[in-house]
Amino acid sequence: MSFVSVIRKRVIFLVLVVFGVSLITFAISHMIPGDPARLVAGDRASDEIVTSIRQQMGLDRPLPEQYWRYLTGILRGDLGISLRTNRPVIEDIVAFFPASLELALVALLIATLTGAPLGVLSAVYRDRPIDHVVRTLAVVGISTPAFWLGLILIVTFYGALGVLPGGGRIDPNLPIPRRVTGFYLIDSLAAGDPAAFGSTIRHLILPAFCLGFIHLGVVARQIRSAMLDELQQDYVRTARANGIAKWRVIFGHALPNALIPSVTVLGLALGDLLYGAVLTETVFAWPGMGAYVVNSIQSLDFPAVMGFSVVVSFAYVLVNLAVDLIYMTIDPRITGIH
Amino acid sequence: MTDPSRAVLEIRDLTLRFPTYRGAVHAVNGASIRVNAGESVGIVGESGSAKSVTSLMAMRLLPEGGFEVMGGSVALCGRDILTASEKEMVKIRGRDVAMIFQEPLTALNPTRRIGQQMLEVIRLHRDLSAREARDLAIRLLGDMRIADPEQVLRRYPFELSGGMRQRVLIGLAFSCEPKLIVADEATTALDVTVQRQVLHLLRAKATLLGTAILFITHDLAVASQFCDRLYVMYAGAVVEEGPTAAVLGAPAHPYTQALLNALPERVAPGELLRSVAGSVPDLTVELSGCPFAPRCAQASAVCERRPALIPTGSDGHRAACWLAARVVQ
Amino acid sequence: MAATVGPVAGGPTAASDWGFLFYRIRKSPLTVLGILMILTVLVFVAFAPWLATHDPNAINLKVRLAAPSGAHWFGTDEVGRDLYSRVVFGGRLSVGVGFFVVVIAGGVGAVVGCLSGIIGGRVDTVLMRIMDVVLSVPALVVIMALAAALGPSLFNAMLAMAIVRIPFYVRLARGQALVIREMPYVKGAIIFGASDWQVLRWHVSRNAMPPLIVQATLDLGGAILMASALSFIGLGAQQPTAEWGAMVSTGRNFILDQWWYSAFPGFAILFTATGFNLLGDGVRDLLDPRQKRR
Repeated sequence: MSFVSVIRKRVIFLVLVVFGVSLITFAISHMIPGDPARLVAGDRASDEIVTSIRQQMGLDRPLPEQYWRYLTGILRGDLGISLRTNRPVIEDIVAFFPASLELALVALLIATLTGAPLGVLSAVYRDRPIDHVVRTLAVVGISTPAFWLGLILIVTFYGALGVLPGGGRIDPNLPIPRRVTGFYLIDSLAAGDPAAFGSTIRHLILPAFCLGFIHLGVVARQIRSAMLDELQQDYVRTARANGIAKWRVIFGHALPNALIPSVTVLGLALGDLLYGAVLTETVFAWPGMGAYVVNSIQSLDFPAVMGFSVVVSFAYVLVNLAVDLIYMTIDPRITGIH
Repeated sequence: MTDPSRAVLEIRDLTLRFPTYRGAVHAVNGASIRVNAGESVGIVGESGSAKSVTSLMAMRLLPEGGFEVMGGSVALCGRDILTASEKEMVKIRGRDVAMIFQEPLTALNPTRRIGQQMLEVIRLHRDLSAREARDLAIRLLGDMRIADPEQVLRRYPFELSGGMRQRVLIGLAFSCEPKLIVADEATTALDVTVQRQVLHLLRAKATLLGTAILFITHDLAVASQFCDRLYVMYAGAVVEEGPTAAVLGAPAHPYTQALLNALPERVAPGELLRSVAGSVPDLTVELSGCPFAPRCAQASAVCERRPALIPTGSDGHRAACWLAARVVQ
Repeated sequence: MAATVGPVAGGPTAASDWGFLFYRIRKSPLTVLGILMILTVLVFVAFAPWLATHDPNAINLKVRLAAPSGAHWFGTDEVGRDLYSRVVFGGRLSVGVGFFVVVIAGGVGAVVGCLSGIIGGRVDTVLMRIMDVVLSVPALVVIMALAAALGPSLFNAMLAMAIVRIPFYVRLARGQALVIREMPYVKGAIIFGASDWQVLRWHVSRNAMPPLIVQATLDLGGAILMASALSFIGLGAQQPTAEWGAMVSTGRNFILDQWWYSAFPGFAILFTATGFNLLGDGVRDLLDPRQKRR
C-alpha cells in the first residue's frame, strides 16, 4: 500500500460520495409536498410571478436535467441559493463553518486530554474499581443527550451561579474581531484584543465541555481497548524483564503504540463532533453550521440542506483520507522499508 | 568454571499458587532449584509442569497481586527476592539477572528501531554516554556473530529474521554481564539449524563471562547437549535432579523414564510410538501423595505418601520416588 | 462448543451454556447494572397506567408550571399537566421507537445482507459500493431531511431512522454471510442441492445472528437518543404528545425559572440510554473472543 494508491482509491470514493449524497438529498427534496417556487414568491404572489420564478429556478425542466444542472453546479462550487438567507449556500457555509470547527476542536481537545489518561488507567487496572468507574463514566457520556446537558449547564452556570454566559460566541457588547481565519481565538489575538480573547474563551467553556463530555467516553473507550491490546503483547514483558519500570513501559512503550490505531478513531471523532454540534449549537445559540442546518430544515430550505450534506460528506471523506495518510506515516511497519 | 559454593540462584521449597475465579491453581508445589556461579542448568518438563513459573520467580516477573507465595524462599546472589521492593526488583532485572523468551518475533517493540530499544536498556543500567552505549551495543551484536551491526541498529524488528532477533535479545541480555541468564524455551521457535547456532553462541559467551544459564526446555536433546545439571519437573514439583548424564543415562524416576521412552528415536521403525498414559493432574486440587502416581505403571500403596528427593548413589543424582530408595538400599 | 472431559472443580462446565453465560454476566457488574436499569425502565413502560399518578393529558390551568411537590412529583407543565405521569408514559414511546428502529433496520438489513453475501459476484460488489457511499452520508442530516420531507411526526422520524440504519446492518450481515458461506457444512448443503434461499434460512441466519444481535443491542440506546434529538428539533413527536425529547424542547422556553420541566424528561433519556448501552457493552464483551481471563 503506497500513499498514491490510497489517495487514488479515496478520490474515486469521494467522487462517488458526492454523487450519492447529491442524489439522495435531491430525491428527498423532491418528496416534500409544496411548491418551492411558491415558497420563494410568497402566498400573495400572482400565478404569473410564481411561474416565472419557477422558470428562473429551473423547476419546470425535467427532473434528470434538474439533477444534472445541480450536479455540475456542485463541481463548479455552486451549491445553489438558500431560500432563507437568499445568499449562495456556499457563502453561508463558509461564513458559519469556522464557528463549528472552533467549537469542535476545543471539544476534541477537552475530550482527549481527559479521556486518554482515564483510558490508560482503565486498561492498566482492568476490572478493578477504577476501571468500572471510568467505563461507567464513558457509557454515561455517550448516553447523554447533548441538548439536555447543555440546558443543565446553562441553568447551573448561567442561571443559578451567573459565572458563565448562556450562549453566543462572544459578549454582544464587544466588537467581533476582524476576520482572519474565522476562529475568534486566533483572530482576537491577531487583532491584539485581549478582551475579545477572554470573552471568547468564556463563551467556549460550556458548549465545548458539553460536546467534549460526550466524546470523552468515546476516547476513553478507544484508548482502553488499544491499551489492553498493547499490554498483552510480548514486548511489554521483555521491557519489564530488562528492568524498565512499570509506568515507564506503560507511557513510554504501550501508550505510543496504542495511539497509532487510535488516530483513526480520533479522526473520525472530529467528524462526529462536527455533526453532533448540531444539537449543542442549537442550545447555546452558537452561530455555526449545526444551527444553520437545523434552521434550514425547519424552514424546508432544501438548497441549504443539500449543500450542507454535500459539504459535510465531502469533509468526512477528506478527514478519513487525512487520517489514513497520517496513520501510514506514523506506523513504521507500514512505511519503514529502508 | 562452576563454583558450587556460590549459588547464583537458590529456590528452596517454593510453593506458589494463582488465585483464579475457579479456585486457586497450585502451580508450584515445594520445588527447589539451585544454580551455581558459571553453571549451565536445565529444567525439563511438559507444559503445565510450572518450569516457566519457577524461573520467572528468579526475577519476580509474575503480575503483582496475581500470585500467592505459600512457602519457601527465592534468593538471587544471596538477595531475598520475595521480600524485595518493586523498586529494588527493577534494578535487578536486566542487570543481575536477564531473561530470554520464546517468541523472538513478538518480543521487541515493533515500532522502535533495534538501536533505540537496546540503548534504552543499556543506559538504564549503566552510566554510559550515548556514544559509549552505542559502541557497546555494536560490540554485543558482533559477539553474536551479527554481520554489519551498525545497519542492524537502524532497522526495525520486522526487518530481521527470527534468529537474528533472538541473537539481538541474547546480546542485550549480556549487556550488563549478569550473573544469571534464564533462557525460557529460547530456541523453540527457531529452525533447527538456527537453534544450534544460537545455543552455541549463548553457551560460548556465558562461559567467557562466567555467567550461569538456566535453560527451560522440553527438548531433551537441547538439555543433554547444553546443560551440566538437570531438573525434571512434573505438576509443579521437582521429581528428579542431577548431572545431565546421570539423569538422562540412568533415569531413576518413572516419569523421566517414560519421557525418554517416548522419544521417537527410541522406537524402531514400524513400532508404535510410546506415550505416557493419562493426563496432567488438575492443579486446582492441592497435591497429595506422589503427583505421578495415577499415571505410573509401578505405583503402589506407598505412593500415597509424597516422597522427598532421595539420593540414588551417584553424586547429586536424586529422584522423588520410593523405588529409588529401594535401589539405594 | 467442545465438551470438557469432566467437571472442573469449582466452576460451571462448558456443557451448560446458559449456566456459563449467567456466570460470566455475574462477573461483570456493569452489565448487571445495565440489566437492572433496563428492567426498571421496562417496568415503568409495562405498568405505566398504574405507576403514573395522573392522566398525562389532563389539563389543569390552576397549577401551571408548578414546582415539584408531593402532589406533582416532577412538577407541571405550562397547561398544568403532571410531568411525572408524562415522563412515565413517554417511556412507552421512546422504548417503542428504539425497538422499532432496531428490529426493522436489523431485519431488513440482515436479509438483504445475507442474501447479498450468499449470491456474491457482481451483485454483491455493486450493492456494497452503494452501501459504502450511503454510509458516508452524514446520517443525522439524511434523517432530518427525510423526516422533514415526510412531514414531522414520531412515526416518520422512526421510519427515517430505520431506513438510514439499514445499510449498516446490510454490511454487517453480508460480512458474516461471507464467512459462513465458506464453512464446510454450508458447502456440503450446496452440493446436496440447497438453493440460495434455503442456505440463507437454515445456516446463515442462525449463525450470523450473534454479531447482529450485539449490534442491535448497542443501537437501541443510540436510537432512543436520536429519536429524542429529532423531537427536540421539532421533527419527531409533535405537541401534545408526551415524548421526552419534545418535553425537553418545550421546557427550554422556561428553562431558567422552571428548570425541572426539561431536567426530568432529559434525565429519563439519559437513564434509559445508559441502561441499554451498558447492556450492549456487556453483551459485546461476552462474545469477544479476545477476552483473556486467568
